[in-house]
Formats: sequence, C-alpha cells, structure tokens
Amino acid sequence: MTILEFARGPMLHFALAVFVLGVIWRIVTILFLGFKRYHSEPRNGLVKSLIGGMTVTGSRSWPHKEFIGRTGAGEAIGYGYHIGLFIIVLLGTPHVVFWKNLFGVSAGWWPTLPGGVVHVLSILTVTLLLIVLIRRISHPVLRRLSNFDDYFSWFITFTVMVTGVMAVFGLGGRYETILAWHIISFNVLLIWFPFGKLMHAFFIFPTRAVVGYLQSRKGAAT
Amino acid sequence: MTQSDNNRSSQPTIGQVLDERGVSRRRFMKFCTAMASLMAMPPMMTSALAQNLRQARRPSVIYMPFQECTGCLESLTRSFSPSIENLLFDTISLDYNHTLFAAAGTAAEAARHEAMEANWGEYILIVDGSIPQGAGGVYGTSAGESFVDQLRHAADGAAAILCVGTCASFGGIPYANPNPTGAVPVSEIIHDRPIINVSGCPPIPAVMTGTIVHYLTTGGVPDLDKYGRPSVFYGQSIHDRCYRRRFYDEGKFAKSFDDEGARNGWCLYELGCRGPTTYNACATVKWNEGTSFPIESGHGCIGCSEPNFWDQGGFYEPVTSKLFEDRGQIGGAAAAGVALGAASAYAASRRKKKRSETAGEEESS
Ligand code: SF4
Repeated sequence: MTILEFARGPMLHFALAVFVLGVIWRIVTILFLGFKRYHSEPRNGLVKSLIGGMTVTGSRSWPHKEFIGRTGAGEAIGYGYHIGLFIIVLLGTPHVVFWKNLFGVSAGWWPTLPGGVVHVLSILTVTLLLIVLIRRISHPVLRRLSNFDDYFSWFITFTVMVTGVMAVFGLGGRYETILAWHIISFNVLLIWFPFGKLMHAFFIFPTRAVVGYLQSRKGAAT
Repeated sequence: MTQSDNNRSSQPTIGQVLDERGVSRRRFMKFCTAMASLMAMPPMMTSALAQNLRQARRPSVIYMPFQECTGCLESLTRSFSPSIENLLFDTISLDYNHTLFAAAGTAAEAARHEAMEANWGEYILIVDGSIPQGAGGVYGTSAGESFVDQLRHAADGAAAILCVGTCASFGGIPYANPNPTGAVPVSEIIHDRPIINVSGCPPIPAVMTGTIVHYLTTGGVPDLDKYGRPSVFYGQSIHDRCYRRRFYDEGKFAKSFDDEGARNGWCLYELGCRGPTTYNACATVKWNEGTSFPIESGHGCIGCSEPNFWDQGGFYEPVTSKLFEDRGQIGGAAAAGVALGAASAYAASRRKKKRSETAGEEESS
C-alpha cells in the first residue's frame, strides 16, 4: 500500500468516522442538556426573542464601533482567511470532486473556480494565516489567552493549506507524495476537529443566537 | 581474451548493420536527433551520440517473456512502417525470444542456452511479464523449468536487466488483487543486477529504444526515478505536459464523454483521468509514430505506467474520488455519536442533580 493509498483509504475512513462521531457527540450532549429554567416572567414574546437572537448573531459577528480601531484589523484578517478557506474548499476542482464523491451526488450544477483564482486565493490565505500566528504571538493579551489548542488548531490548518499549495505548484516532491501529505494533514484535522477549538465552526453562530435569544427574553438590550 | 570478449569483438557494429540494411546517414541522423531530444540532451550532443551509437557493437539480447499478454512485444514490433526503432530493435539482435523465433521447443531453448553461454556476463536481459511464485512457481513454466528458476539463471549472466512493461516492472495485472498466482516484479527476485524499469501497459516503443540507445552509447544505466525508471522519460507527469492542461487550470471539465465539454476538448479530470499521478512520456513522445496519445483521443489516462494501477479503483473515478464505496461506517459513527452524546448529557444532568441535592441538604442542616 502506497502512502497515498493509505492516506485516502483506511486513514481517511478512520478520520471521517472519528469526526462524525465526535461532532455529533458534542452537539447531542449540548442539545440534551437543555436550558436552565427561568422562573421570572419573560419580558418579550417568542418571536421578538428569536429576532433578538438573530440580531445578536449579526452584531457579534461585526466589530463593535467603539473598538473598531483596535479589533478591526484582526477581524478583517480573520474574515479574510476564513473566506479564503471556504472558497478553496468549496470551489477548488479537486475538492468539489471529493465532496461529490463523499456525499454520493453527481451535482452537475456545482461550479468550480479557475485554477488561477484558487492559486492566488491559496497564497493569500496562507499569508493571512501566517499574519494571524505572528499577531497571536506578538500581542501581549492574545498570547496569554492562547493555549495548545489554539496553536495546534492553527498548525494543522496551516499544514493542510501549505501541502495543498505545494501539491498544486509541484513543490517539494512528486505530486502524489505531496497529495498524500495533504490528505494526511486533512485527516489529522478531521480527528482533532471535534475535540478542539475548530469545533467553533459548528458552535459559533448557534451560541450567539442562543445568547441573544435568552437576553432578549429577559428584556436586555441586544 | 575470454570467450565473451571474442564473441563481442566478432559482432559487427551497429553502424555496419545499419549500412548493410541501407539506412541512409540522413535517416540515421534524424533518428539520433530525435533520440537526443527525447533524452533531453543538448543539440550539440547529437553528433557524439550518433558516433557512439554507430561504433557500439551490437549487444546480445535475451528476451524472456513470462506472465504477460504479449502486448508489450506487439507495441515494440508492430510499427506502421519499418521504423528505425524496430530496425534498431532488430539490429541489437534478439538471441532469444520465443514469441518471435521461428524455432520452437528444444531448438529454441538450445539457442537460448548457447547465446547465454557465449555472452555470459555481457548480454542484456529483457524481461516481459511478471513472475508467478505461488505454489512453488508452478503457475508459469517453460521447457520444464519454472519462470522463477529461468529468471534467476538468466539474470546471473546478464550485464543489466531491462523490464519491459508494467508487469515485469511492478507486477502489473497478474499482481493485482487478489494475485492468485503470487506474481511479483523482477525487482522482488533479483537484487544483484542493475534493473531498468520501462513501465507502461504497454510501454512506448520510442522510450524503450531510447533506453537501449542510452545503454549502448554510455555503457551504463541512465538516471532512474524512485521506481527504477529512466528519469528522462518518466520525470514528468502526464498532467504537467498535457495539452488539455489549460482547461484544467481554467476549471473547464468534461462531465461526460458526450457532453459539450468533451466535444470542446476540455480536461478529463472529472472523468477519471490519472494524468496528475502518472509519470510517462505519452504526452510528449506520443504513440503510433507521434500521432497522438489516449487523452488526445478523448479518453483519460488510466495510469498504466504506475505501480498498482489496476487496484486504484474504477478508471472513470477522479483521482481525489473513489474513496467512499461503503458509507455504513460513517452511519455507524453517527449513531454512536448520538448514543454517546445522550449518555454524556444524562451523566451531566445526574451530576448536576446530585450537586444541587447535596447543596439543598447542606442548606437545610
Ligand atoms: S486531461 Fe488529464 S492529464 Fe490532461 S489536464 Fe486534464 S487531468 Fe491533466
């Protein structure tokens, strides 16, 4: 069995199983925990509270105008590499083929982006990821807030990106070897995903919405 | 002077043989220019190559076909016109090849033993096909000897071994899962001779010739890649040299063999083309005297020059696909996740309840 066969065969199957099990485990646990019972009279009805939840989801996803000078750049970089990742993962041809196969759909409508666009985006995303790390290390508060989880989540995302870029540009070895390392690092990311901060991909918007909903029910300004 | 020295010096040079057959100097130089460019030599090396090739004494070649389909030999010998490639192939003179030999049976075997003895330690051994080792090698025998024994004996007297085709190089189709005959490539049996793998199912005739020309003109083994193939021919992927590459880069893919994309000649990646993971000279040297190669005929590359190409899933599944035939495992993981989640939540709520009960008891006491 070659390294590529291993990466896209048994290792990928294992990683996907761990990913699915871990993500569902965490989501189901939270769903089953339910909400704390509030004994006071709700200040707002269900609809208004739901609107409050949505408002908070939006407002918390944007820098607060009071702090925009301090946090704006960080948020812009954060958005930048997240958007880059999404576009590459969802519209890069080899990835589209992978998703179609994973979900078992033929989906002729699923568009792909020209390779050149994906290449430029990949380099930009890698650069932004590097800036993010430098910022995390050099910012006194961020550095104190960071732990292994933050660095490892960054490292594995960065490795997936870099090996992908190397495979596309034919750097560092033969295509199939670099492709194998790209898939192996993706597998590690899948395995790590449910147990670390990468899980924010599933939690970030629902938690903002729930906070907004609960605050709104209590009549707090959102 | 040994017998083999005697034998070699009595052999005519390749130049003499070509002259005898009426090959003009112009045609020969054209061939050498093509070979030089094929081997990525600078243009000024052409005359040196031509000179060396003319002066080289024709080597004795023993061609041993084992577990094979004869496709490789067909590829090497069935050119449209008597090209210089097959003329050279003639010129090097096969002292033994039981498929091409007029003689058969005992006479052919005697000729092989005679040629091997006369050129012991000097001849080039060409192997075609894999070697079945299962059940003591009984799946492949010839003249009362197993292929394994024949190979071992022939390899002992060879100066170098040229594995023609994917079967001899990597096991090929007989080696494919479940490999009922226990087939193996030459490199798994012979470890003490230089082995050059010229893989492909079949290999490109010009690549084969180029490898022989290299051996004849330099007397040595060319630079090999990690699979023992001449880097000069197998150094680049089909994808890197494919004329459809610009469509790949533009994101234009044929989705089926008769859609508009296919008619426009777009990239065949989504139809299973193995060009990105296949290393061979098809896209540059091409087939049928440079006429075309499979991708030019509208079919994706099937990766036939790569190890285990037969076990890489369907030929119509893309390189990054063919991963999930069985989704049951994922469904099982999802069900386990639900069960685990429910159990964790239950345990957490029990803990919480217990804590609040203890707190209540403490308060009332
Ligand atoms: S047809 Fe195959 S080799 Fe050619 S560009 Fe497309 S994927 Fe690459």
